[in-house]
Amino acid sequence: MNPLRLLFHIGQYWLLLRQVFRRPEKRKIFWNRFFAEVNSIGIGSLGIVAIISIFMGAVITIQTAFGFESPWIPLYAVGVAARDSIILEFSPTIVSLILAGKVGSSIASEIGNMRVSEQIDALDVMGVNSASFLILPKITASIFIFPFLVCISMFLGHIGGFTLGVLAGVVTPSQFIYGIQYDFRPYNVVYALIKTLFFGFIIPSVSAYQGYYAKGGSLEVGQASTRAVVYSIIVLLLFNFILTQLLLA
Amino acid sequence: MIEVRNLSKAFGEKVILKDFSFTFERGKSNLIIGESGTGKSVLTKCMVGLVNPEEGEVLYDGQDFLKMNFDERKVIRQQIGMLFQGAALFDSMTVEENVMFPLSMFTEMPYEEKLERVLFCLKRVNLENVIKLYPAELSGGMKKRVAIARAISLKPKYLFCDEPNSGLDPKTSILIDELIKEITEEYNITTVVITHDMNSVLEIGDNIAFLHKGLKLWEGTKKEILRSTNKELSEFVYATKFLKQFRDRLENE
Repeated sequence: MNPLRLLFHIGQYWLLLRQVFRRPEKRKIFWNRFFAEVNSIGIGSLGIVAIISIFMGAVITIQTAFGFESPWIPLYAVGVAARDSIILEFSPTIVSLILAGKVGSSIASEIGNMRVSEQIDALDVMGVNSASFLILPKITASIFIFPFLVCISMFLGHIGGFTLGVLAGVVTPSQFIYGIQYDFRPYNVVYALIKTLFFGFIIPSVSAYQGYYAKGGSLEVGQASTRAVVYSIIVLLLFNFILTQLLLA
Repeated sequence: MIEVRNLSKAFGEKVILKDFSFTFERGKSNLIIGESGTGKSVLTKCMVGLVNPEEGEVLYDGQDFLKMNFDERKVIRQQIGMLFQGAALFDSMTVEENVMFPLSMFTEMPYEEKLERVLFCLKRVNLENVIKLYPAELSGGMKKRVAIARAISLKPKYLFCDEPNSGLDPKTSILIDELIKEITEEYNITTVVITHDMNSVLEIGDNIAFLHKGLKLWEGTKKEILRSTNKELSEFVYATKFLKQFRDRLENE
């Protein structure tokens, strides 16, 4: 992308955020929309998060056991490695990447469709701050619900690792449970949740930006939706690196 | 009353509006007519603040809208009702929620009072028993009527209609025109209608401005338009075979 164009988009994104974080016109309407978004983003994503977490937990456990096949490495190390992989990276980052695809594309196409069918113009003409009305509930709901999803993912990742790891015969139940408790650092969970809060802001805001400035018709809305996922993932991975450097290094 | 003074707008090198001035009178249907691509919609968008013009003034009862900040504009905007070309109803809301939306956003009315107003507005546009339907379940004409009901729910002082008849059959078009005319007179509001439909012009055109390539070439009433000698306007007005025959008959009289 042309650097000037990139600067233009960054500037326009910040201007949009300034508009988004104005005080909502009606608190009651804001809270109604907030809970609707919590339901749509959170409850709506629970199924995919659960399925992915269980199977990824299992795969991480089996792959770790495969790599640790040595008489010098105790079997409980599989539990330690699986736990750290799930808490530090898999649950906060991989689940957020999945949510960038699911939630990001849905936000961009919803707002993009409203833009091209003049519904956003209708809100503006009425005197409603359309950016705040449409985007603020999505951002706040994501920041609120993402940590819960990530905690559920951490729990189910361990359950999946335990159940399928034991069923596959790569680890014993007692060794796995000893491993996930061995040298446990609560700060790792705090680090994962801090990352999640940032991701909960990045995904809806970048996606909403793509939808809000969509132009044209349904083809362009589709393109905006694709861009929303791609840019959300890029920004998310960039912040993943920066936050890891800041919080763990 | 809305006064537009010396309004100009360009997108890059392309000039869309040049020095447009016109007074939109209260209690009248004020029409902006012209071919597609002459800047009619851009003019309306400049007037309601969706597009910022390079130069000019838009005065709502003497207050310059373009010099206002966001909060000052909000006050004026709450007095504006707008009917968009595609109706622009909120897809995720029912008819009731659509019409109730401005009331919920800007008033403290209890639900019963809001519902009463919604039913009144829907009855006014001859639509009843559709309040629980979603926009996707309505016909084009019904959507336009719901959009009019939403536009008048807050008792606006100014009503903007962007091509209210586009995509509608002639019978429904006449119905919408009559509705706009009746509402304008009944509530004594300033109505601005963007159209290129000559039936609408002859039906409701109390005060008309003709735009051609971004310039206002003519202004007058529906009675004057048929006898205008302006070349571009004549070409626009008498573009259809039916009106050409009508002109020939006028000339023979």
